Amino acid sequence: MPDLGKYAVEVLSAYGASLLLLALLVLVSLRRGRAARSALSEAEREGHRDA
Amino acid sequence: MSIWQYANPVKFLTLSARVQPYLWASAAAAILVGLTWGFFGTPDDFRQGSTVKIIYLHVPSALMAINAWFMMLVASLIWLIRRHHVSALTAKAAAPVGVVMTLIALVTGALWGQPMWGTWWAWDPRLTSFLILFLFYLGYIALWEAIEDPDTAADLTSVLCLVGSVFAVLSRYAVQFWNQGLHQGTSIPVATGGRTVADVFFYPLVLCMVGFGLLFLALVFYRTGTEIRLRRARALRARALKEL
Repeated sequence: MPDLGKYAVEVLSAYGASLLLLALLVLVSLRRGRAARSALSEAEREGHRDA
Repeated sequence: MSIWQYANPVKFLTLSARVQPYLWASAAAAILVGLTWGFFGTPDDFRQGSTVKIIYLHVPSALMAINAWFMMLVASLIWLIRRHHVSALTAKAAAPVGVVMTLIALVTGALWGQPMWGTWWAWDPRLTSFLILFLFYLGYIALWEAIEDPDTAADLTSVLCLVGSVFAVLSRYAVQFWNQGLHQGTSIPVATGGRTVADVFFYPLVLCMVGFGLLFLALVFYRTGTEIRLRRARALRARALKEL
């Protein structure tokens, strides 16, 4: 760990907040993507059953 | 071969599936190496001390915040002129990525500004235009959610995107035509050259900028695929209900 001196709080907060926001963005996108895939498969299954 | 063939959702999904593994892997590698190099492997600046390490997050996120809006502008224009649904969905998919990049730029800017300027926030031209850009992103996302008919939503959000582009341009060039702000001028002027960032900070910064750009592309490809699937599922359900 580098010595961040008197600005340690600001630097670590910037890294913490940014990485948290990026991780949330990726996780929310992946979760929504999985939900969309299952919604489409279900709609296609229902379509085949009705046909 | 024409670029317009990718306006076909199936062709777009095929291309997207092919390029995404490379995009995700190279984005993760560039960000991981760039941030680790910047955080652990660069010295303190003689004036800014260790706060210079915030540059590896602040500059790439600000760059992507503005470029995301320009990408949305291009996609919106394609929708308005050629009515390709994939382009409208690409703009929709890029907005949440852009809003997060703008938020990171604002937060890291405040955390950097406090020790350097003595304040978290100032009504400086670049900061203010960035805040307005952030509000435009929120308005754009809210407008997509508020309108039921997808084509009407795409029309209205495209117009909003055209209007918001004024603030994206202001965010990009504010430091060049307003000199009274606290925010410094461009450190890496691409057009004119003559960067003011030392090599030791510049190389990891470039790697982080490349990483954020690749992450943006990976997320936009992935999220556009999601929007295409959701729209297809909705269309199949609507057709099934009509047949009942």
